[in-house]
Amino acid sequence: MSRQSNRTTDSKKMNSELFTLTYGALVTQLCKDYENDEEVNKQLDKMGYNIGVRLIEDFLARSSIGRCQDFRETADVIAKVAFKMYLGITPSVTNWSPAGDEFSLILESNPLVDFVELPDNHSTLIYSNLLCGVLRGALEMVQMAVDVKFVQDTLRGDNVTEIRMKFIKRIEENLPAGDE
Amino acid sequence: MVIFSVYVVNKAGGLIYQYDNYVPRAEVEKTFSHPLDLVLKHHDEKVVVSFGQRDGIRVGHAVLSINGVDVVGKNTAEGKDILEYLKDPSNYPVSIRFGRARLSSNEKLMLASMFHSLFAIGSQLSPEVGSSGIEMLETDVFKLHCFQTLTGIKFIVLADPRQSGIDALLRKIYEIYSDFALKNPFYSLEMPIRCELFDQNLKNALEVAEKAGNFGAGS
Repeated sequence: MSRQSNRTTDSKKMNSELFTLTYGALVTQLCKDYENDEEVNKQLDKMGYNIGVRLIEDFLARSSIGRCQDFRETADVIAKVAFKMYLGITPSVTNWSPAGDEFSLILESNPLVDFVELPDNHSTLIYSNLLCGVLRGALEMVQMAVDVKFVQDTLRGDNVTEIRMKFIKRIEENLPAGDE
Repeated sequence: MVIFSVYVVNKAGGLIYQYDNYVPRAEVEKTFSHPLDLVLKHHDEKVVVSFGQRDGIRVGHAVLSINGVDVVGKNTAEGKDILEYLKDPSNYPVSIRFGRARLSSNEKLMLASMFHSLFAIGSQLSPEVGSSGIEMLETDVFKLHCFQTLTGIKFIVLADPRQSGIDALLRKIYEIYSDFALKNPFYSLEMPIRCELFDQNLKNALEVAEKAGNFGAGS
């Protein structure tokens, strides 16, 4: 695939159905291999983590966003820039905890789960758990330890998909110089 | 307008990529007869000229090859110690090539981690809080530009002092890294980058930058 030299335009269009099918094939294969929903969830999280640690550099290289000053700014950047850039959706940021260290991302639509229905024997499967891993991995590379989990999922009967993100701490080891 | 080298340093200060773009400096090859009028000595695993500068052979130049065959450290290609070899009159006349010794990869590794530490010192010396590390280092022969990403990777470019557009080049190298190194699933993070596509695209980007930097300055 050849690359355009002008990177400020949107990335090349790809059929989103191919993306949905690819992700679906991935999850079903994992289910066959592990036969245990908890294990599949863990694997999806791990895979997401590996994607996240690489995706963050791509995000920073393309968006030229500087370091966020606080968690609120981080939440805004994630919802308005990152999700828009990679999934084409803009979740809303709500339900801030009083201490300002937890918030929810409400996704009206989720490109990963177009056309998907969870069967009864996979009721504890978190189908889009890859996203949690991606967010966790990406933020860890910018020195933020976070806990990410799904609290509502349209696949499991809820109205919306809600991802809860909690700030745990700043990672002090290996801090890049000039960031103290 | 030339871009001399590119270095990429990981979070821990280890060199993960290095590319040299410069044409080697003038090297001098001469035929000598016994006795040799240059004084040579061992220095850092190389044989260098310590006295007797003449004809373009300067003090500090290293012995690069003898009779057309590249030397290996302090020894000739056959494994004989160079100074011993040159003391023996039966080996003359001999043709020796002198030139400025290139940095070995170990030396580059060491220099990169030293720069990593100096970079941090740069921000600590700052009178104001929240200063970045060293962004530019200037000498009369080159300018070193450094860009550190939010994730701690440093991209370092050594270029001609008159070369412009290095900031844009650094960002472009960051993009090339995020594309051809990171999106290669077989590349592990923080490890040396051995990706063909990364090399090719980096070379192309350097060519583009060199051409673009020609505007407004004599070459």
